[in-house]
Amino acid sequence: MIKRTALMTVAATALAAAPALATDVKLGVLNDQSGVYADLSGEGSVVAARMAVEDFDAESKGINVEIISADHQNKPDIASNIARQWYDQDGVDVILDVPTSSTALAVADVTAEFDKIFINSGAATSDLTRGNCQPTTIHWTYDTASLANGTGKAVTDAGGDTWFFLTADYAFGHALERDTTAVVEANGGEVLGSVAHPFPGTDFSSFLLQAQASGAKVIGLANAGADTVNSIKQAAEFGIVQAGQKLAGLLLFINNVHSLGAETAQGLQMTTAFYWDMNDETREFSERFQAEIGAPPSMVQAGVYAGTLHYLKAVEAVGSNDSSAIVAKMKEMETDDPLFGKGYIRKDGRVIHDMYLMEVKSPDESTGEWDLLKQVSTISGEDAFLPMEEGGCEFALAD
Amino acid sequence: MSTTENTTKAALPAMTHTVGMPRHQKIIFVVLLAVLIALPFMVYPVFAMKVLCFALFACAFNLLLGFGGLLSFGHAAYFGMASYVCAHAAKVWGLTPELAILTGTATAAVLGLVIGSLAIRRQGIYFAMVTLAFAQMVYFFALQAEFTGGEDGIQSVPRNDLFGLLPMKDDLTFYFFVLAITYGGILFIYRITHSPFGQVLKSIRENEPRAVSLGYHVNRYKLMVFVLSATFAGLAGATKSQVFHLASLTDVHWTMSGEVVLMTLLGGMGTVLGPIVGAAIVVTMQNYLAYLGAWVTVIQGCIFVIGVLLFREGIIGVLSRILKKPL
Repeated sequence: MIKRTALMTVAATALAAAPALATDVKLGVLNDQSGVYADLSGEGSVVAARMAVEDFDAESKGINVEIISADHQNKPDIASNIARQWYDQDGVDVILDVPTSSTALAVADVTAEFDKIFINSGAATSDLTRGNCQPTTIHWTYDTASLANGTGKAVTDAGGDTWFFLTADYAFGHALERDTTAVVEANGGEVLGSVAHPFPGTDFSSFLLQAQASGAKVIGLANAGADTVNSIKQAAEFGIVQAGQKLAGLLLFINNVHSLGAETAQGLQMTTAFYWDMNDETREFSERFQAEIGAPPSMVQAGVYAGTLHYLKAVEAVGSNDSSAIVAKMKEMETDDPLFGKGYIRKDGRVIHDMYLMEVKSPDESTGEWDLLKQVSTISGEDAFLPMEEGGCEFALAD
Repeated sequence: MSTTENTTKAALPAMTHTVGMPRHQKIIFVVLLAVLIALPFMVYPVFAMKVLCFALFACAFNLLLGFGGLLSFGHAAYFGMASYVCAHAAKVWGLTPELAILTGTATAAVLGLVIGSLAIRRQGIYFAMVTLAFAQMVYFFALQAEFTGGEDGIQSVPRNDLFGLLPMKDDLTFYFFVLAITYGGILFIYRITHSPFGQVLKSIRENEPRAVSLGYHVNRYKLMVFVLSATFAGLAGATKSQVFHLASLTDVHWTMSGEVVLMTLLGGMGTVLGPIVGAAIVVTMQNYLAYLGAWVTVIQGCIFVIGVLLFREGIIGVLSRILKKPL
């Protein structure tokens, strides 16, 4: 029943030739494979991890890699149970991906308990490297703070200096609004007001009209998932973007934009850590990826690839699967991969790399189904992510 | 859920005389205990604890539906709220596990009293809708309240020493504490259903106007069973938050209310063992089918369809009919 992708089996001859060099590692991809996040993580993340192993050519470097995967159904208790079982009984060394905040935080705790490694790509909560940080957690792709920072700063710098927020009325939405407001004001912008909508919401018309009436140049969407998609759809019906206001999505993935279509989403600004059509290397990777999955990689899947690659480099350097040595090595080495370019991992586990402010193309500009975004500006990692000193990660600040 | 189904099934257990436990049920309880003691050595202890928590939750629900004839669509409210309060008590107030669980359970009891006293004024589908509406209110409270942590939930809940003395960090040790709670709870529920109080409940379920004409204060009985059911659901939820070191929105979401209905119906409504078997099946599917990735929901759906088509009275309900003994 268990789906195992045994990738590398060192041939008997190779084993006999260099038995001391062989290191066995087992990767577990734990994510949503049947729910709302299945498109942006799911099976694609498993493929991304496998591609990283192949591209690294682990076999010839004496590393035997096995990849297993499971669907956590977005339930933290299931995620925690599977993680525990993987570490305790199945000999998994590292867990990858894990979207949604509550499941990610649960897995981070279990990982610390067993002293293994957790490379998160899918979850948004910046708490993974702040209040709830663990020495064994590495948070790769993005977090709420970087999205707020990225979009807030870049849009304000580009002239969008008056803002109005459409906020999902729960902790996540308010946190996003608060973080973005701070950035907008620090960069000389002004927040004219905000309106909280119920979560989950279906009818955004009255909130959108308030936003329109505010006269703000930018309407910030401090919500996520279906709420963001629905508010963008309804904004298109009111012709808000055509009338001159800009929509800024604070948490949005390429898959959301694809489902909205260029017609509806055109002009929308958003921050992303990765876009498939950035340079030759990302295009080359995305082409191979799309051949298997049918869609280009999302930033979450790209993060799984990059995280796996960096992990394998550390395994090679350390020469064993000793978790604490590997984490230390991962934080010591600079990160460098075809998808995210150069970067580094901070002591608190936060990966620092550039983020990009993107704008959704109009249907005229778009030349293909997935040709959806154009780059507006690059946000350097130091600007995008919250400084470690403000994060409140105790073990990282202690030494 | 239909009344005809109830009558046929109730005819079996209601007729047996209720002094003491029938011999075959004594054997069942002994075998059950033996199986549960052996369980953590056969499967992963945390998974075994999860099965126990959901078994107790389903038994609590069965008390209301199977014996009280009241279909609640809002049992996640008690389960989830108790798990939040227990997690908060253990993490922020630093209470020991037994006190934290009691605090959570008490919260569920109070919540059950408030919601129950309003909901029992209506019957049938209206009753179900009222409970669902209140459960949604509790969900939105959990989503918005400061102490629940919104989407993140309450994480890294410590498992303090039991009674301040016994270390509970080891999962296998904690399993036996959870086993004591669950087994005690199940026995207690059995005792309730086989007491004079339980007999009155059955009579109300079968024919409410007649129970009224016999001089019973029907609403008091209904409220009592509602509060008891909510309390045990809370006990299960509070225990679960100690098992997993976390409390999250999953436990208070309406899908959880649906899951417990499924567990009870799949296992066999109105039977003693049914909810336990149903809970074990559903939890096992969620965990062991997780490796199948996207197929997990499809397979779950098929199994439920088959269950409904082949086992109309639930797995244990059918078994009970074949053996002609209440199980």
